[in-house]
Amino acid sequence: MKNRLKVLRAERDWTQARLASELDVSRQTINAIEKGKFDPSLPLAFRAARLFKLSLEEIFEDE
Amino acid sequence: MTDWEARTIRNTARLGVWTGAWLLTMAVATFGPILLWPSNKWLTVLVVVVNLAVGLGMIAANKRHLQGLDELQQKIQLEAIALALGIGLVFGLGYSTLDVTNVIDFDAEISHLVILMGLTYGAGVFAGRRKYG
Repeated sequence: MKNRLKVLRAERDWTQARLASELDVSRQTINAIEKGKFDPSLPLAFRAARLFKLSLEEIFEDE
Repeated sequence: MTDWEARTIRNTARLGVWTGAWLLTMAVATFGPILLWPSNKWLTVLVVVVNLAVGLGMIAANKRHLQGLDELQQKIQLEAIALALGIGLVFGLGYSTLDVTNVIDFDAEISHLVILMGLTYGAGVFAGRRKYG
């Protein structure tokens, strides 16, 4: 699954650690999601959507 | 330090304390009857009961530790635990069979299985962290 987390994070000038803190996960998890190595659960995806004030489809895209 | 890091450090420390206590009571239960109170069977039973109780505390602390991890860390742990359980079951029973059938001329000790599972679990966590790192 593709995602725009890295772009959205960069737009806000946030580090991976900052985003991890906002979503209450480890930095490794953010890194793995950004690299497409790990697909987040729906609750985590919704948390990200709420944080960025976007819909799921605007962040995540099925490959 | 983030909330997640603080929570994980706290849960890991708690698990470490319970594991240390369990190892200590295990050592007392193992060596006590030999070195400290030979021929006192009831004291040995009491120490074993204490060891089991502390072991239950360790299991609860481990569960709490796992529940406090985020979803990727839980996945890494699940894969490592599954690997350790599978390797332990397959190789443990194979090893036991070699002992029972006298193919090997020494006893297949349970401690060998614990060491195998511990090393496999550690390797599984390491591999998981590399895979998703």
